[in-house]
Amino acid sequence: MHAPIGHNSQLRLKAYQIRRTALKMGQVQGQGYIAQALDVADILAVAYFHAMTFRAGEPDWEGRDRFYLSIGHYAIALYAALIEAGIVPREELETYGGDDSCLPMSGMATYTPGMEITGGSLGQGLPIAIGACLALKRKRSSSFIYNLLSDGELGEGSTWEAAMSAAHWKLDNLIAIVDVNDQQADGPSSSVLSAEPLHEKWRAFGWFTQRVDGNDIDALVTAFDAARAHAAPQPRVIICDTLMGKGVPFLEAREKNHFIRVDDGEWDKAIDMLDAEFAR
Amino acid sequence: MSLKRSFARVTGDAAPRLKTSAMIASIAGDDQKTQAAPFGHALVELAKTRADIVGLTADLAKYTDLHIFAEAYPDRFYQMGMAEQLLMAASAGMAREGFTPFATTYAVFASRRAYDFICMAIAEENLPVKIVCALPGLTTGYGPSHQATDDLSIFRAMPNLTVIDPCDALDIEQAVPAIAAHPGPVYMRLLRGKVPLVLDEYDYRFELGKAALLRDGRDVLFISSGLMTMRVLEASKVLSKDSIDCAVLHVPTIKPLDTAAIIREASKPGRLVVVAENHSIIGGLGEAVAGVLMRAGVHPAFRQIALPDQFLDAGALPTLHDRYGISTGAICGQIKGWL
Repeated sequence: MHAPIGHNSQLRLKAYQIRRTALKMGQVQGQGYIAQALDVADILAVAYFHAMTFRAGEPDWEGRDRFYLSIGHYAIALYAALIEAGIVPREELETYGGDDSCLPMSGMATYTPGMEITGGSLGQGLPIAIGACLALKRKRSSSFIYNLLSDGELGEGSTWEAAMSAAHWKLDNLIAIVDVNDQQADGPSSSVLSAEPLHEKWRAFGWFTQRVDGNDIDALVTAFDAARAHAAPQPRVIICDTLMGKGVPFLEAREKNHFIRVDDGEWDKAIDMLDAEFAR
Repeated sequence: MSLKRSFARVTGDAAPRLKTSAMIASIAGDDQKTQAAPFGHALVELAKTRADIVGLTADLAKYTDLHIFAEAYPDRFYQMGMAEQLLMAASAGMAREGFTPFATTYAVFASRRAYDFICMAIAEENLPVKIVCALPGLTTGYGPSHQATDDLSIFRAMPNLTVIDPCDALDIEQAVPAIAAHPGPVYMRLLRGKVPLVLDEYDYRFELGKAALLRDGRDVLFISSGLMTMRVLEASKVLSKDSIDCAVLHVPTIKPLDTAAIIREASKPGRLVVVAENHSIIGGLGEAVAGVLMRAGVHPAFRQIALPDQFLDAGALPTLHDRYGISTGAICGQIKGWL
């Protein structure tokens, strides 16, 4: 597929807008998994505005590609993407994380249009995707299932049960995306439970494996295209190395950034810095 | 202190030794009418009219009678391998896409290993996955790894989940289309292989959520589920010879409980209420019934026949059922002691 000139610039704009919308939601709560939202924004921009087929006004349209967020705490990022995609109304962001909001802190399928599964208990997204991919094949559907996982989530054994199963069933309609930001609740993922070498592991499990800079739009576009176009009957994974807090230098520099509390005055500063970074 | 048991020496003139009741052991008595693989055959029958039915298992098709379905509908059968977490989550994925999955494994693996996956991937969204599990309670002598003495307690606490404990081949056969027709998730305990046929002698049909009075009596009201219903029916016949008159209320749906029937029967005066279940005394039908009666202000004399709060021994089922009080003989003994 040949992208029109300026397409990737449009995707960079989308990624910036996702970051900005996520920061606005974080500001509503004064806390949250904002560093993850900033690191994953480029991935979401390419997924929603380059790779995936969907209808904004009809989130349950049968012909859509499905995006499975097993890492429920990344919901703030996905809500931002869903708002930018027109699936969730922009005014909802003011309710983020509040009582009776349809945008709870952890993503749940029953709360939010476009939220396909209930995440939060990590290690469930990929095995759910196995069943859904088998079902799509029964229905002779050409839709893809995308599953966004984190490097920390790779500690869950169920992920590897599913990784084995995906290759066994030759699920060429499954694209896993692993956000490797090397951070989890208790510290750097590499010190909590080392999952490397990731490329070799996924390849050994029978997956078409790519590893890219997850904050490089051009590299992501190439990888998503290759994942979709890959001819062999096997599942596909894109391992994305990302930077927590990407786009806001003082958040990038924070050591403990798994769950961030930002002081009142700092939110506007963060948004200003994001704007300045994007303008550069 | 050693945790090991002492050696059990075989003496020269010992009684004939019973063999371990392994996974394929039937609970049917020698003289009992049986029916082969009622679950597998009922699912095949149902699948003829419902294209949405699919079958999944975690390396236990043969041991859950799902192989009958797999042979009839090979393209609708999914062997997921020895991976129960995957089995449950993948069934959720199937259900998300419009299918009605029947997922089978042993009750211990569903309730213990795959609990969070059933809870969050299936029950939280009320997806119509039907979890059908062999070896409920004490139906194998293989030991605690395979004895699901706690499954009802575990699953009763899960919102949205319907819990079924059928008695015999007839109950299972009729429960299959009923649970498939139910819009939400279901956990059903399964007797497999040669399954006793008992309820054909009674005016009975399985109805989801309904208890059924199989026989009436003045002295004892048994409230029971699963294989314990056939045991208390046998015990009632034996006890009648001693002029002990027993009623049997069969409660195949553990959740939601038929509270109206339980309160109605337990309110009738002059009867000892005995809840009999193939499950730990903690958290199963007995405590569920006790809660119902307490909340309703109904306070009959109340006893439980259930498995003790222990990890149970390995061995032969007849020995173990006697040892833990759920054989017909042991039931009769307990009733006589209480009256």
